[in-house]
Amino acid sequence: MSESSTGQSNGTHEANGAALPQYTAKDFTTDQEVRWCPGCGDYAVLAAVRKALPDLAIRKEDYVFVSGIGCAARFPYYMETYGMHSVHGRSLAVATGVKVANPGMKVCVVSGDGDLLSIGVGHTVHTMRRNVDLSIILLNNRIYGLTKGQYSPTSEQGKVTASTPVGSVDFPLNPIAIAAAADCGFIARAIDVDLKRLDPVLKRALNHRGTSFVEVYQDCNIFNHKAWFYASQKHTMPEHTVWCEHGKPLVFGADNNKGIRLNDSHPEVIELGGEFSAADCLVHDETDRNLVSIYARMNHPDFPEPMGVLYADPSRPTYEELVHRQVEQQVEGKGEPDDGDLQALITGHESWTVE
Amino acid sequence: MPTQTDSASPSTLDSVVIRFCGDSGDGMQLTGGQFTTTTALVGNDFATFPDFPAEIRAPKGTTFGVSGFQLQFSSTDVYTPGDRVNAMVAMNPAGFKVNIDDVEPGGIVIVNEDEFTKGNLSKCGYPPGYNPLEDEHLNTTYQIIRVPMSRLTKESLADSGMGAKDIARCKNMFALGIVYWLYDRPMDATIQHLTRTFAEKKNKPELAEVNIKALESGYFFGETAELFPSRYRVPPAAKEPGTYRRISGNEATVLGLVTAARKAGKQLTYASYPITPASNIIHGLSHQKRFGIKTVQSEDEIAAVCTAIGAAFAGDLAVTGSSGPGIALKGEALGLAVMLELPLVVVNVQRAGPSTGMPTKTEQADLLQAMFGRHGECPMIVLAPRSPADCFDMAIEAVRLATRHMCPVLYLSDGYIANGAEPWKVPDQSTIPAIEVTHPSAADFTDAEGNLEFLAYKRDPETLARPWVIPGTEGLEHRVGSLEKEEDTGNVSYDPDNHQRMTELRAEKVARAADSIPPLEVLGEPEGDVLVLGWGGTYGSITTAVRQLQSEGKPVSAAHLRYLNPMPSNTEEVLRSFKRVVIPEINMGQLSMLIRSRYLIDTVGINLVRGKPFTVETLVARIAEVIES
Repeated sequence: MSESSTGQSNGTHEANGAALPQYTAKDFTTDQEVRWCPGCGDYAVLAAVRKALPDLAIRKEDYVFVSGIGCAARFPYYMETYGMHSVHGRSLAVATGVKVANPGMKVCVVSGDGDLLSIGVGHTVHTMRRNVDLSIILLNNRIYGLTKGQYSPTSEQGKVTASTPVGSVDFPLNPIAIAAAADCGFIARAIDVDLKRLDPVLKRALNHRGTSFVEVYQDCNIFNHKAWFYASQKHTMPEHTVWCEHGKPLVFGADNNKGIRLNDSHPEVIELGGEFSAADCLVHDETDRNLVSIYARMNHPDFPEPMGVLYADPSRPTYEELVHRQVEQQVEGKGEPDDGDLQALITGHESWTVE
Repeated sequence: MPTQTDSASPSTLDSVVIRFCGDSGDGMQLTGGQFTTTTALVGNDFATFPDFPAEIRAPKGTTFGVSGFQLQFSSTDVYTPGDRVNAMVAMNPAGFKVNIDDVEPGGIVIVNEDEFTKGNLSKCGYPPGYNPLEDEHLNTTYQIIRVPMSRLTKESLADSGMGAKDIARCKNMFALGIVYWLYDRPMDATIQHLTRTFAEKKNKPELAEVNIKALESGYFFGETAELFPSRYRVPPAAKEPGTYRRISGNEATVLGLVTAARKAGKQLTYASYPITPASNIIHGLSHQKRFGIKTVQSEDEIAAVCTAIGAAFAGDLAVTGSSGPGIALKGEALGLAVMLELPLVVVNVQRAGPSTGMPTKTEQADLLQAMFGRHGECPMIVLAPRSPADCFDMAIEAVRLATRHMCPVLYLSDGYIANGAEPWKVPDQSTIPAIEVTHPSAADFTDAEGNLEFLAYKRDPETLARPWVIPGTEGLEHRVGSLEKEEDTGNVSYDPDNHQRMTELRAEKVARAADSIPPLEVLGEPEGDVLVLGWGGTYGSITTAVRQLQSEGKPVSAAHLRYLNPMPSNTEEVLRSFKRVVIPEINMGQLSMLIRSRYLIDTVGINLVRGKPFTVETLVARIAEVIES
């Protein structure tokens, strides 16, 4: 039966009477062959997302995956949900429209550093400041892969690539700093190969109400292999990253022998065991807006790079909620409009009659 | 010229063209708007032409800061704001200088003589020692009526206790009062408007009071000062019975979109970025939340169109609006909408280009952009309302065709009809047909054995529309995207034959819209020597010019395209019924190019890009040349 639509077409799982099926990762897998290069970090993230969704208590038909252009942007084709592969840089603008039309949808945007931080950086900032209820998974490989290896806005200065044979001259942009500056309500960072910690971060991001942002360090093993090895390998991760857990001190190192403390507002690395102990370390408070700005400035090689949920503020109302509230308030105040109201609107206040 | 009579009994005129002009801070648009409202209530037919600079407050007293408002009101049908001005109100020398040449010889020119100071005369470029009010030639050509409006306004409000600045701002109402007296119009509607605006909305009853006082003072001044040889009356136009209102194009677009949403039983998302002359569409729609209208002021033009596309995917009626520069930015996303085959209405209120061009001036130069301004083979349905009131009908048409064929529709309004106003016989909303929109569910694709086969790009055999399945529908999860689609399945495909077929299908879908649009009508003889073919906002000028030529016995007919792509099915037949086809356009020949290439029919273009609508005089002369050649 076709259902002629009347007003808002909502598909929230609450509104849907039937019990929520118990999904598995397989339920979220399409019949499309995944076409990323063998060994690409995107595979790990795809697997992690497929694994995370069954625990979310959301119906399959209520997910919408939206992407822009780039290797990472093929993501929606591989998710057995609703999805749109849009145009370069515009995924967040499209996703905003999906939420405005139907706030009941769970919207997730997956795209790369070129898409979300170069051609589409404007939409990234504006989506965050509006606090549209959606999750952004940034697969940051610090390179343009699909166009065959040009430097990206997150590439380090001096990067030798196809378009910069003697090294790029521009400074990179820091995704966490951008998110902090735009007052994003959920900011997190994880590494593609660190599945044990990627999973819970993604799950929390997907459960956040408002814009959630996860930067994933992702290896492009063709054009920028080992770009993140300083942070992603068994022997480098303990030394060059620091796991941030709410209420816990920032301690790192293979032997948990180092920590971060604040000297005034400046972070510094301290050696534990002698003069300092864990009690001297900065305690991570994910509700502290100031800390995320400090984390954004803790970069390799001067600091271990903060990982985990860096900031989370679920208290702000979401954009689409406010948009719909204004509609509802009008209806509450004046009642559902009927044909007479439409006629009155068309006729206006200053009409005249010709007999 | 009317004959002189006793001022107590006004002489009757069929039609008057009046222009208010002054500094952009003098409130000329408000004054003109009020005169229009009153004129509407009196029952005249009318057409207006607000003409203002892009600068909000250009340097005071300069010619480029002049703001004008022209109105033709009549006891018979009018389609244009008129060519030659019968009466002008000039609030300052710059306004006088810019506009005086448009006044007919013998016409009335009411000036605020207080502003004709040495300093102001020099500011607008008059030579030292020269005052046009003392120019003998000008005084014999026109009836120049000097009124010390600034001083009289000040004197009449001396006891009000208001500051000099507030008092000075009331002089436009003083001028309006004089004109109300001159044309025997009641002041009630303006008094009500002033009360509503200042006393009720802004809670400043003292401002309402001084403005009303200035208006009345102007009126009584007209009555007592004996400056005018006569008063004039323009009787009501004989209109068919019904309820009428005054409406501008952008207002009509707003009402059309709201009506379409209700007729489709859907919410509507309008996403746009502010741009002249389209901005007041988002202003208007943002007041209609109760009707399920959601407005998004996006961060840029591209975000606006993409947000609309996202809203369409999720099941809203989706509209984005802009002007030419913004449409250029939206180009890539319009290609996406064509590829996704989602319903989307794209409003382009055209303005003079290229680049920033002349933002407040009208032009019709975005036709080829609408047709071809995207990469790839990317056809879209293109509509163009022909008058302010027609914007209502065509906005509904745009929604109807977008949802019927599942495709984007470009709606080409222009700055002239967007801001211009005319009387509109208000339709009975119950006579407007419903817009059928369905969102299929899994049951629609399940056979008797319970097998579900859903193909996201399987088409309706008649309209070629694919099903509008929206997220949240159980069992029909699917992906759409910007890569070429495999026929029926919608999966990514690089197959050469498939691309050929899909390109043809997308074009055929647009062509099929011709099945449900009205035929092209001919004004005058259905065949003959000369056909004047127009499109969009030039309807008023062309109709007036052709009727005038017809009344002189000239062999000429007219036809007006409101559907540019596809054109009505009988277009070629109509064109071939005439020996010659004349196409007036406010561009350098864009419709001519389409007609020649599509039908191999030659055309004679009348092409002027002056930022203004055609004058009837120009069209009559140029069409007559063709007839006689």
